[in-house]
Amino acid sequence: MTHPEASVATTAAAPALLRIQDLHKAFQTVEVLKGVDVTLARGDVVTIIGSSGSGKTTLLRCVNLLEEFQRGRIEIDGQAIGYREQGGRRVPCTGAEVARHRALTGMAFQQFNLFPHLTALRNVTLGLIKVRKLARDEAVAIAEKWLDRVGMLERRNHYPGQLSGGQQQRVAIARAVAMTPRLMLFDEVTSALDPELVNEVLSVVQGLAQDGMTMLLVTHEMRFAYEVSDRIIFMNQGRIEEEGPPADLFNQPKSLRLKEFLKTIKI
Amino acid sequence: MTYHFDFAVVWRHENLLLSGLGLGLVLALVSILIGCIIGLAAAFGVLSRHRIFRIIATVYVTTIRNTPILVLILLTYFALPELGLRLGKIQSFIITLSVYAGAYLTEVFRAGLVAIPRGLREAGLAIGLTEGQIRRSVIIPVMIRNVLPSLGNNFISLFKDTSLAAAIAVPELTFYARKINVESFRVIETWMVASLMYVVACLIISTALRFVERRLAIIR
Repeated sequence: MTHPEASVATTAAAPALLRIQDLHKAFQTVEVLKGVDVTLARGDVVTIIGSSGSGKTTLLRCVNLLEEFQRGRIEIDGQAIGYREQGGRRVPCTGAEVARHRALTGMAFQQFNLFPHLTALRNVTLGLIKVRKLARDEAVAIAEKWLDRVGMLERRNHYPGQLSGGQQQRVAIARAVAMTPRLMLFDEVTSALDPELVNEVLSVVQGLAQDGMTMLLVTHEMRFAYEVSDRIIFMNQGRIEEEGPPADLFNQPKSLRLKEFLKTIKI
Repeated sequence: MTYHFDFAVVWRHENLLLSGLGLGLVLALVSILIGCIIGLAAAFGVLSRHRIFRIIATVYVTTIRNTPILVLILLTYFALPELGLRLGKIQSFIITLSVYAGAYLTEVFRAGLVAIPRGLREAGLAIGLTEGQIRRSVIIPVMIRNVLPSLGNNFISLFKDTSLAAAIAVPELTFYARKINVESFRVIETWMVASLMYVVACLIISTALRFVERRLAIIR
């Protein structure tokens, strides 16, 4: 996939698809992110691990602009999102701009969040028709391709309430990737699933990773993180504590915190 | 005491009674449709971030819900012309009933909106929909389906309230019943027939509404 505008905006020294610099985020007085820097090249699969409250989900939500952030900068293909400089001041982008920025990323949620009044197919076509402005048949063709990809084509006319958690999550992933985002964010996509349904979802995510989709994940499935990721980021109290290839992080953790964290969870 | 029932005297005017019933249904239907628009706007007002919208919506709901509907009907019909706004009986009544319905529906819609999981809005945002698109394509359709049963109850209630239009001589069922009563002196028969017609109409409406609810219900 090529992004013509990206080649213009990106300088030669910065081939990053996602660049997060010095991200600070506070909920009222509680600082949740205390200066986070993350860079993803195209095709990178990066997993964020850490105990609850470490800020990993908030980080994902900032990238999708579901959360405001007070300081720092997030760029996708060299384009700053969410905020712009105006006369030396940082101002939030307008609603329409933010909607455009959000469309650059796709997100899958822990709770699936499928639209309950629409069939699986129409969950996927809604964005294609309303945001991408495609004609209905075109949207249906794309949606069917992706539903097939996640193994849900046969159930395209089912409503979310008629699907299992794993099936709903697969439809939710199809809904996100059908919009051809440059970056996919997966926020604990298997945490709300019964254990026997986890693998069907993970194999869909793994398939997308193998196809070269750039992704940033938050997961508690350490074995999966180990297998699928190019890099692991360990977050602790709003900061990145350690970062590196999965083999290094899991087998030779440097920081005490990571050692403790790995001890509490069993791989 | 022997009383000889003579329903024929009343039912002779079946065309009047039926046309009155029909008008009542139309009045209720038009009013609930307009009331839905008002109620939806007011529900978003009550939940608005902006204080001014919250105040306007709350004052509207509180005032209307604490005023007897008959007083509202008379106020609209007799007071508005004094202020230079001349309306027909039927228009005047529709305005009153719509505004009245809107106040009750505001509460129904507000509860429906509050019950929508936050994640639906976020899922919409995540695929790049604007707030307006999310409201139109997701929030309102899901909310309406959830509140359909109370919407139906409100409709039946409004339909029964159309009998109060007789107070300003709108030719609906109660108006004709009163007329037939005066002309025939058949008090018992007249009001029994009128009551029965209301009961049957309400039963038919509620059956139809249940059918619609089942068709539109969100499958869980």
